[in-house]
Amino acid sequence: MNSMNDTTEQRHTIAVLVDNEPGVLARVIGLFSGRGYNIESLTVSEVDTAQGLSRITVVTSGTGMVIEQIKAQLARLVPVHDVCDLSTEGPHLERELALIKVSNTGENRIEALRLADMFRARAIDSTLRSFVFEVTGSPRKINAFIDLMVALGDVEICRGGVVAIARGADLNMPVSANETSGEG
Amino acid sequence: MTPRMSQPRKSDGRMTGAAVILKALQDQGVEVVFGYPGGAVLPIYDELFKTNAVRHILVRHEQAAVHAAEGYARSTGKVGVVLVTSGPGATNAVTGLTDALMDSIPIVCLTGQVPTHLIGNDAFQEADTTGITRPCTKHNYLVKNSDDLADVMHEAFFVAANGRPGPVVVDLPKDIQFAEAPYYAPGNTRRCTYKPQVHGDRAKLEEAVALIAKAKRPIFYGGGGLINSGPRASMLFCEFVRMTGYPATLTLMGLGALPASDRHFVGMLGMHGTYEANLAMHGADVMVNIGARFDDRVTGRLDAFAPDAKKIHVDIDQSSINKNVYVDVPIVGDAATVLEAMIGIWKEKKYQPNTKALAEWWSRIDVWRGQNCLAFKQEGQIIKPQHAIQRLFEKTRDRDVYITTEVGQHQMWAAQYFGFEEPHRWMTSGGLGTMGYGLPSAMGVQVAHPDSLVIDIAGEASILMNIQELSTICQYKLPVKVFIVNNQWMGMVRQWQELNHGGRYSESYSDSLPDFTKLADAFGGVGLVAETADDLDDVIDEMINTDRFVLADIRVKKDENCFPMIPSGAAHNEMLLGPNDEAERATAKSGMVLV
Repeated sequence: MNSMNDTTEQRHTIAVLVDNEPGVLARVIGLFSGRGYNIESLTVSEVDTAQGLSRITVVTSGTGMVIEQIKAQLARLVPVHDVCDLSTEGPHLERELALIKVSNTGENRIEALRLADMFRARAIDSTLRSFVFEVTGSPRKINAFIDLMVALGDVEICRGGVVAIARGADLNMPVSANETSGEG
Repeated sequence: MTPRMSQPRKSDGRMTGAAVILKALQDQGVEVVFGYPGGAVLPIYDELFKTNAVRHILVRHEQAAVHAAEGYARSTGKVGVVLVTSGPGATNAVTGLTDALMDSIPIVCLTGQVPTHLIGNDAFQEADTTGITRPCTKHNYLVKNSDDLADVMHEAFFVAANGRPGPVVVDLPKDIQFAEAPYYAPGNTRRCTYKPQVHGDRAKLEEAVALIAKAKRPIFYGGGGLINSGPRASMLFCEFVRMTGYPATLTLMGLGALPASDRHFVGMLGMHGTYEANLAMHGADVMVNIGARFDDRVTGRLDAFAPDAKKIHVDIDQSSINKNVYVDVPIVGDAATVLEAMIGIWKEKKYQPNTKALAEWWSRIDVWRGQNCLAFKQEGQIIKPQHAIQRLFEKTRDRDVYITTEVGQHQMWAAQYFGFEEPHRWMTSGGLGTMGYGLPSAMGVQVAHPDSLVIDIAGEASILMNIQELSTICQYKLPVKVFIVNNQWMGMVRQWQELNHGGRYSESYSDSLPDFTKLADAFGGVGLVAETADDLDDVIDEMINTDRFVLADIRVKKDENCFPMIPSGAAHNEMLLGPNDEAERATAKSGMVLV
């Protein structure tokens, strides 16, 4: 419970398993805005069609007491099944997808391609004046890639937000045995 | 609604949506609904007309419907039910819903909605009801598929009543009310995912009881959770308090959980709580909070709140724990269940209180008690408001009495001078502080307890906020008694302006008040006035002996302040005991911004 007395702001990645029903995202977002909590990133998608469950990954920051409040407030929402604080429950992985359009010419184009290669970003669209790169990785890696692209041309960015899962064999939020992929 | 994995099940008959709704209400044991008709709920009203299955009380404003349902719920322990139309019907209900959310009152509010194909089209009397009520309900539903209707109805009652109770809105589009739908009886419903934790963690319970047993300066601090949990929780609370011999205080919402006459009761705590309760909280070494939420009215300045106390907090709502105050032993669970377990552990381990330390602690508390912080002098013919309420208490204490209040000074005086011996007898708007709560709430109480004496202790400003309900009271011949503590000011506003704003009484004077006796007359009731101290007892006698509704206009001293008081931003040991304290301790700047 020592984390409770910590008054420094910490970044936490929290996974929330919810009923995939209308308004559930509004409930979660309304909770954060209504109580003055931060949202750094939020992603949501259905993960269990058979049971109609979605998984929300929310990255937030606050003092130890605020983080505990956020988790308790989330847990008491009626459509919320489970709340898991990935930042405190052992090591976890965080990945983000970004699409980055770079508009440039000449040397900068070649440099952009070279750097993309180093970051394992794929060019998924190209014209004579532009590329669209698809890059995945930790938010830090994506920030670094974006910084480089900005130096090489005019840039448009779309990021998907953080998705996260715990390392190791344990399943925190197992999906039902039935088919798991929805029609999209 | 999304499909959830469930076996195919046989419906318990098919009928119109409106019939499903009425059937669900019946199967949930609903006896009375407080409502107001309108276009979007006409099929439900038609069904009500045809079946006559549930008693309907026609209010005069939807806010009052919710407050009436709150009064009904709070005084019976059942779920209060509200039925209103779309758009303005729903938006008018919002204040009541927020009130019920803040005070954890179980309410199911059925709202009409425009037909599903018109939702989002800015149709006549359309409002985004689920959107508007999302932050002011425990949960809400929009029924878009009539197959879900019966399940949603039953689930709404389950969610409202279980865990930390609260208001639940079910938004019902008009086409759903007309459409044929399957009915499912309560035992045949879809699984509900909502599973509140009722039993406390065993290890934490043992840790808590060991701490309680070792305490030298203990204090029990009980709240509304004791009332919500049902009468058994109050019974067990009394048992535990008496078994240990420890002092106990109660919050505004918890009054009645321990009899006011019990020698262990040190009075209400908080901003207008007693000197002894607040100092006992401040000086305690072990605090046992059962079903209270460390509200800012109770804690005062947080960094000076019970600085030496190890804190045990029992609450059914995980999010109430460690929200405002860090506690040492958090226990999530139902008050009655946890108390039973705690008493069991106490007996099992043969714990004994530290009698020597306890005797010392009580002698300190008795010194604080000796301050007699609620003392006042009734001199001359001008009625002191405290005196009015004390006389009301004296004259009704042997009766089967329920008290509701509005919000303000009169509410605090009622809490201070009216003693409650049982739970469920005291209905007040604690969390939201809703002026206009008392009259409709009293209406709901009287509907539930037709033969009891139901008194709304009101202020002359608050009573005007839902005065239209006198018409409802007249229609159903509810013998509600309204005891108006009339000082011609919004008294609490005036008091704060006096203490914090240099006596600049901006807009707090109650000008152009009606003649309350004529008003009572106009609505078919009885109006009484007490102008002098000599009148008071006769007016109270006449009021309680009248079998119709009464508006008793008690003209009290205009500039009386409510003491004791912890100024905002101050600590428990920085109480103002009376007017002489005011000058010395002006509210600090940091306290001024607090409400």
